[in-house]
Amino acid sequence: MNIEQLDIRGHLAQFAPFDHLSDDLLDRIAGSIEIRYFQAGSELLSKDQPIDSLWYIRSGAVEMYQRSGRLFNRLGEGDIFGYSDLLHQRRVRYPVQAIEDTLIYFVPAEIFDEICDVDDDFSEFVDTGGRLKVTVQQQRDDSGLMTTRVRKLITRQPQMVEADTTLQAAAQRMRDENTTCVLVVDLTESQSPYTFVGRDGRHWKLNGILTDRDFCTRVLAEGKSPQTPVGEVMSSRPIVIQSDESVYEAMLCMLRNQVHHLPVLHRRQPMGILHLSDIVRHETHSSLFLVNNIFVQNTPTQLSRLSTEVRNGFVRMVADGANSEMISRALATIGRGFTQRLLELAEAELGPPPVPYCFMVLGSMAREEPTINADQDNALVLDDAYDPEQHGDYFEALATFVCDGLAGCGYAYCKGDVMATNPRWRQPLAVWKRYFEKWMREPNPERLLHSSIFFDLAPVHGEAPMVEALQDLIAEQAPRSELFLAALARNAKNRTPPLGFFRKFVMEQDGEHRKSINLKRRGTAPLTDLVRVHALACGSKSQNTFARLDDIAATKLVGQGVAERLRYAFEFLSMVRIRHQAEAIEHGQEPDNSVDPEHVGSRERHHLKDAFEAISHAQKFLSFRYTLPGKGSSRSQGAERGETAS
Amino acid sequence: MRRRQREEWPRYLAARAAEAKDARLADFFAGGGLDPEMPIGEAPLVAMDFETTGLDAGRHDIVSVGVVPFTLARIRPAEGRYWVLSPRRRLSDESVTFHHITHAEVENAPDFSTIIDELLASLHGRLVVVHYRQLERTFLDAAIRERLGEGLLFPMLDTMSLEARIHRQSWWARLRRWAGRPVASIRLHESRQRYNLPAYTGHHALIDSLATAELLQAQILHHYSWETPVGALWR
Repeated sequence: MNIEQLDIRGHLAQFAPFDHLSDDLLDRIAGSIEIRYFQAGSELLSKDQPIDSLWYIRSGAVEMYQRSGRLFNRLGEGDIFGYSDLLHQRRVRYPVQAIEDTLIYFVPAEIFDEICDVDDDFSEFVDTGGRLKVTVQQQRDDSGLMTTRVRKLITRQPQMVEADTTLQAAAQRMRDENTTCVLVVDLTESQSPYTFVGRDGRHWKLNGILTDRDFCTRVLAEGKSPQTPVGEVMSSRPIVIQSDESVYEAMLCMLRNQVHHLPVLHRRQPMGILHLSDIVRHETHSSLFLVNNIFVQNTPTQLSRLSTEVRNGFVRMVADGANSEMISRALATIGRGFTQRLLELAEAELGPPPVPYCFMVLGSMAREEPTINADQDNALVLDDAYDPEQHGDYFEALATFVCDGLAGCGYAYCKGDVMATNPRWRQPLAVWKRYFEKWMREPNPERLLHSSIFFDLAPVHGEAPMVEALQDLIAEQAPRSELFLAALARNAKNRTPPLGFFRKFVMEQDGEHRKSINLKRRGTAPLTDLVRVHALACGSKSQNTFARLDDIAATKLVGQGVAERLRYAFEFLSMVRIRHQAEAIEHGQEPDNSVDPEHVGSRERHHLKDAFEAISHAQKFLSFRYTLPGKGSSRSQGAERGETAS
Repeated sequence: MRRRQREEWPRYLAARAAEAKDARLADFFAGGGLDPEMPIGEAPLVAMDFETTGLDAGRHDIVSVGVVPFTLARIRPAEGRYWVLSPRRRLSDESVTFHHITHAEVENAPDFSTIIDELLASLHGRLVVVHYRQLERTFLDAAIRERLGEGLLFPMLDTMSLEARIHRQSWWARLRRWAGRPVASIRLHESRQRYNLPAYTGHHALIDSLATAELLQAQILHHYSWETPVGALWR
């Protein structure tokens, strides 16, 4: 290899997708490069011109324009272009202009094709439609918890005893078999949805579980005789998990239900017992075990001491390669854990509630996708028997206890005052129903801006059916409320993503430059906003953005592949944001949502560009799908022309 | 002056083609000349650079030669050639640090005479582009004369003198000098910077050839045009 090709090679090797190529392939490319200088202002490629090379910017900068004349992209040193044209008709789709004096390296099409054939990473990168998907999938595959199935951790059959077995006999069995629990089963006459066929060919039913802990708390502590049948002290209707669920799901299930033993079933057949320690052995994600700790703290002050551990656990999960869904769900589980424990402590201090209530979370916590710097958004739904005179003080005290406690645990007070401490958001169910009906019946975009957060809601503690009743009401009425959907759609377009990055700057759609980007405001938030509109339109009761996208994909409300593309965009944006926040914590800074382009790598830039594009497309589609009758503000030009013609 | 140069070179080359005793030189002169009216945008070009042990062709030697063929539309580094040569006189330690060519490298290197055929083939039919023609022209002429008994001169396009015309001889440059402002540097690296060309590792004959080819593309686009006849540019 000639020395000047070494210089070319050294430059290529710093930038995606060349950075991942083998030395041989890199040599092959560097050895084939041809060079040409272009003056600022000159057109490098014109529309429909045949193209026979991949263009690589060695120095300088170029701009690409869409057919409409709108700026499509601005590229600088180390960027490539022309690849999608090379992959498709070998004709130029977007014209390219030099905005600075620019030196271009050409990779001949034959070499480009050859590299695409032999290097999957390279070909996936240049296949713009697919590259975000591939990256997200790679991230997912990297984390074992999400893909490992529970059955892999099961090493032995469960011990099963009948309900009339004595406690002593059960204990002896546990000693002999060296297990920490037994399952309690009973023979049944007939086959039912809860029965399974035992090895003896008869029908059995799983009725309960008895653990070594139960021997302490329910047998010895209660003074039960060793001759007592296990059926009397077992936990009936045990929490179970299917064998093909992920280890991660099993872990969440244990934490959610505060159990350490989880019977694993194949359909209805018990296959084994999963113990918390099995998972710990499998993979140590101590952040999640923090939830255990939450439930043994007895004062808000004690709870607040755990918040440092939350941050450390978060950083560890990021370092361990967990994906955004796992991290967000872990943070949601932790956040709900804090809330739930605070409510238990409040009830212990204030006494039992005078009327039933449900404490609900809103916004990102309800969607199970909070970030490490999430504010608290919550409200109280009270039974309709609530009397402000009699019960007002109790619930005000309860709300104050919880919200102050949460603030102490690192969940900042909501700036918009969407908290249970606000009397407006501490109301009986009937009032809440009126709120939602009014929002949907008389939508006003300005007012909806502040209330859209209420359309992501989930119960945390108390009578869950009260919040479920609100979810049902929304799912039933929203699809029929065209004005409401149109207003929501209009708001969902208030925050737009940027075009991409250029050198040290964020590139706006109009070509303006910015120093940093708020990944929440310009990325994840517009995406969750637009997904919410579609989800409400199709009557989905899901709150989580991924779950909503599943529901949307099933309805054909959006074009084929759109939901999938948005899913990858969301996963990627969330992950960049999470990594950025973990980095801030590691450097002793306060995590925020603002990302400096100087800290965004060349590969990440390409992916972010794809994600922004997916959001931008989806936002435009909103205008077509949900029109505001009469006002025409969100109508397309075509629709307006149609109107004047008729 | 300019008009004369345009016509004088073809006349000189034709004369040498007839007179040259060495068949290779005769052949080179016969086929080497471009029509002075040929637009630079159509001309086959070749960038050439020498590294030498010093600046005096009478006392110093060529230690390496780099050539890169190109046109204004494309530079083709893959077709470039590079030779390390053994100087007749010992390589001084200063020049080792300067060129990064070591004593060991030149020890086994061949004499200039062994590359004459290949070098002439690389230059044949192309307009040679150099940065500072005095060096390449005098060293090549001396090296050939020493080995073949007759010299080798031909028109060259000098990016340094193009840069000088723009930055030193224009009325604007004169005005700047009169005002006491520093004179623009016309060295290869500094000239390239003015056109937003990247910084390369200097003092390697092949990289400097490539750097010269890129510089010419930039100069033509900025100050001339693809239509400019080669006869107006060569010296």
